[in-house]
Amino acid sequence: MTQPRDDTRDDAPATASKRGDAAVEALSGTIAEAQGSHILGRAVTINKPADELFAFFRDFANLPSFMENVVSIDVLDDTRSHWVVKGPIGRVEWTARVTEEQPGRLIAWTSEEGAQIPNSGRVEFKPVEGRGTVVTATILYDPPGGIVGKVIAKMFQREPGIQARRDLRRFKQLMETGEVATPAMNPKQFEEMGL
Amino acid sequence: MKALAWHGKHDVRIDNVPDPEIVNPRDCIIKVTSTAICGSDLHLYDGYIPTMKAGDVLGHEFMGEVVEVGANSTLKKGQRVVVPFTIACGSCYHCGKHQYSACPNGLPADNQDIAQELYGHEMSALFGYSHMTGGYAGGQAEYVRVPFSDVGPIVIPDGVDDDKVLFLSDILPTGWQAAEYAEIEPGDTVAVWGCGPVGLFSVQSAFLMGAARVIAIDHFPHRLELAKKFGAETINFEESSVYDALMEMTGGIGPDAVIDAVGLEAHGLFVDNVVDQIKASTFLGTDRPHSIRQAIIACRKGGRVSMPAVYGGFVDKFPLGAFMEKGLTLKTGQTHVQHYMPALLNAIMEDKIDTTFLISHRMPLEEAPKGYKMFHDQQNEVTKIVLKTGMQSAA
Repeated sequence: MTQPRDDTRDDAPATASKRGDAAVEALSGTIAEAQGSHILGRAVTINKPADELFAFFRDFANLPSFMENVVSIDVLDDTRSHWVVKGPIGRVEWTARVTEEQPGRLIAWTSEEGAQIPNSGRVEFKPVEGRGTVVTATILYDPPGGIVGKVIAKMFQREPGIQARRDLRRFKQLMETGEVATPAMNPKQFEEMGL
Repeated sequence: MKALAWHGKHDVRIDNVPDPEIVNPRDCIIKVTSTAICGSDLHLYDGYIPTMKAGDVLGHEFMGEVVEVGANSTLKKGQRVVVPFTIACGSCYHCGKHQYSACPNGLPADNQDIAQELYGHEMSALFGYSHMTGGYAGGQAEYVRVPFSDVGPIVIPDGVDDDKVLFLSDILPTGWQAAEYAEIEPGDTVAVWGCGPVGLFSVQSAFLMGAARVIAIDHFPHRLELAKKFGAETINFEESSVYDALMEMTGGIGPDAVIDAVGLEAHGLFVDNVVDQIKASTFLGTDRPHSIRQAIIACRKGGRVSMPAVYGGFVDKFPLGAFMEKGLTLKTGQTHVQHYMPALLNAIMEDKIDTTFLISHRMPLEEAPKGYKMFHDQQNEVTKIVLKTGMQSAA
């Protein structure tokens, strides 16, 4: 049975769909060279101009300053970067390639052949009058170890959905305040606690 | 340094802990001179607040001298400051609207999950009040690391006593905001449930905002006496029926505005997974929802309800029918301390507001554990305990 879609769908984002496969299907078409069987979407409003946020984000070397599980990102050339990330069962690595870029508006990527966690996604920056910019991240990924891996990851709080939510909060903090909030009593403790 | 640390229910101790250092560029470190024990600290003391860890340093009402500044702090060493209990960044959308207690930027990302699950959104971070509100070490200590020191702390002019300005950190703005939320019009009668520090500051604030009459409700004679000092009429709910008394005192109309300050000066966030525990401890089950119910039933038609008292979970038998049928308005929320501090400092300097009347006891920081026990056991006599660093023990 096919679901009628275009004429009956509501206006809610596909990532809020109660049917996970519907979201993957709907969004695969919007991501160039899409890959990944699971999807997550998060939006956060940041009180800064889109250009400023885009510029910071586009310099991938900046990302570990607010992405907790990212160990390192080596920028290989203008579109390719190598990622080392803490996973639930050890480190995972992949090389990502930018597939689409609209300065100040959008950046999309896909992982290259051989990625331990094949993934693709896009981050959009939309200016909102009086409130700054809505930053929306949409990520497709294959969880390591399939559904079991996803459960394990959740147990260890490295579930990509939780991580994306926290990473976006830290991105907001860093952009709006120049800092990432921490209760640490000294720099050494801050280091130990992580972001 | 010495600091008052939580170790479990009715177990607080003076511990030796490492001095705090600058971590982020907008931080400062202050050397605490005065710090108060808040009624909401008693909820920690009584073990009602989840996400506490042994060794957590308590205290969210404090002031002191700036001894160190980060690269982006605008404070100078040697300045005396009072620190707001809510940690707010000053640059987000909410801070722009002066809704400082809604600022999400002081709360570490990992700590935001609980509130987001429970309330739909994260709240601001607080000093010394569990890990759900950020896990920041509090002010009942010799030194404190203060984030966002360029926008939070207010500088106190030389020559003004600590005791006059300390309550700018929390309870004075909380009482003032409660009165402001009551949208008092000249000639109004305002009823205030609870004569703890917040209720007593609400009484003073209501008169300053033009209330003709303020009726204060409590059962501790000493606290009612203090309310009377500021011109309030009083009802002791152990001796009189509150509803009957209010109706008669207002010619059957009811108070124009009602303020529920029975939660004392509480800011605790009680999560629903501990509601059962709290109910079992007869905490939510008794006076607190009772006071808001009573306030709504007594309020005049078309009147205003202001609720500085804290409710964290779910309340049974909320009189939604009366609320709707009478066309009431309710305003509530954690205090936007930073918004009120400058004007209230002026009011103190011009002697329009009396703050020192509240202090019943002063003692050295080292005696804080004794202070907690006294405050817990003797609510009639002990209205406010201020802890001082470097003070000689009286004993």
